[in-house]
Amino acid sequence: MATVVIDEKENKNIWAGAAEPFKASYGKLMMWFFLLSDTLSFSGLLITYGFSRFDHEAYSGAVSAFKASVDYWPIPEKVFTHIPFFHINAPLVFVGLMTFILILSSVTMVLAVEAGHRNDKKDVQKWMLWTILGGLAFLSCQAWEWSIFITGTAEGLTVTDPDGTIRFIQGASLIQNEYGPRLFADLFFFITGFHGTHVFSGVVINTLVFYNVTVGTYDRIGSYEMVEKVGLYWHFVDLVWVFVFTFFYLV
Amino acid sequence: MAHGHHTSGHSNQVQPRDPAKIKHLLVVTGILAFLTGIEFVLAFTMHRGHLLTTAFVLLTFVKTFYIVGEFMHLKYEVKLLIWAIVLPVMFIVWLITALLMESGYVLDEIRFIFG
Repeated sequence: MATVVIDEKENKNIWAGAAEPFKASYGKLMMWFFLLSDTLSFSGLLITYGFSRFDHEAYSGAVSAFKASVDYWPIPEKVFTHIPFFHINAPLVFVGLMTFILILSSVTMVLAVEAGHRNDKKDVQKWMLWTILGGLAFLSCQAWEWSIFITGTAEGLTVTDPDGTIRFIQGASLIQNEYGPRLFADLFFFITGFHGTHVFSGVVINTLVFYNVTVGTYDRIGSYEMVEKVGLYWHFVDLVWVFVFTFFYLV
Repeated sequence: MAHGHHTSGHSNQVQPRDPAKIKHLLVVTGILAFLTGIEFVLAFTMHRGHLLTTAFVLLTFVKTFYIVGEFMHLKYEVKLLIWAIVLPVMFIVWLITALLMESGYVLDEIRFIFG
């Protein structure tokens, strides 16, 4: 048998280890696959929302004449009409502002990643700080929106139960809801809450990375790749909000 | 590029900003803000119905494309990585579509079984 001399370097199997078949580091790949699994979690919530919505009557009258009732699914733009400090009817304006804040914080995150590629510690610090501030602003907005939703309107809603009892409902909780069916409030708390928890985790992780940048950890390692990895997470959270905005507030 | 930060002897040196790159990011931001603006206008001008829902879903997909492709940089990764992410997501999108289409049947069955 002829002996074949194999040049190990030339014929190295890229799947045999010690190589990066995806030309991305292990950590970055795992972040991608984690986000993929998180997509499944949020898809579960989206499907649940669809099921609950199709299970209830849709409001069929004119939009301008809309009145809340536990019998049909509400029109979101008639529910989320408040903005802070002004007592005017401003449908979806506040949610739009929240969307804008999150997109902006995504942009500052991209700029932080870009600065990391250039090993520019000062710029990374600056943009990470803006990203953290954006996240905190978003969380504050959400806290305000939740408190408005829970407190409810002055008029409230009077419902007659099947057994004839008349109840007055004000605000929303997990068991009663003045804006529409009980499930609407449950899903509002669940979906925006699950997303808010992601934002909160993102802010915590961003703060840790900001700390590491400041004490010079990544300068010592010689790579700012960690900024890129938390960046992926942060953009994903922003993306989820884009979907929540569309499917919870607009459709 | 994503892989431009390999650890080498002189990689710790601060490099100057690249205005073209930053301009590109701002253009993407502008597009995202513009699409959100369109969604707003549609929400208040169009009649609620299948057409409006389709428009919202399409606009959301376009925004997804920009966020994942540009911000998350997936567009510039190797083909294998792109497909490793996009292919499972396509199945998830189908899962959502299929379950929503069959939701009436599923709910009927649940009622039938649990009363």
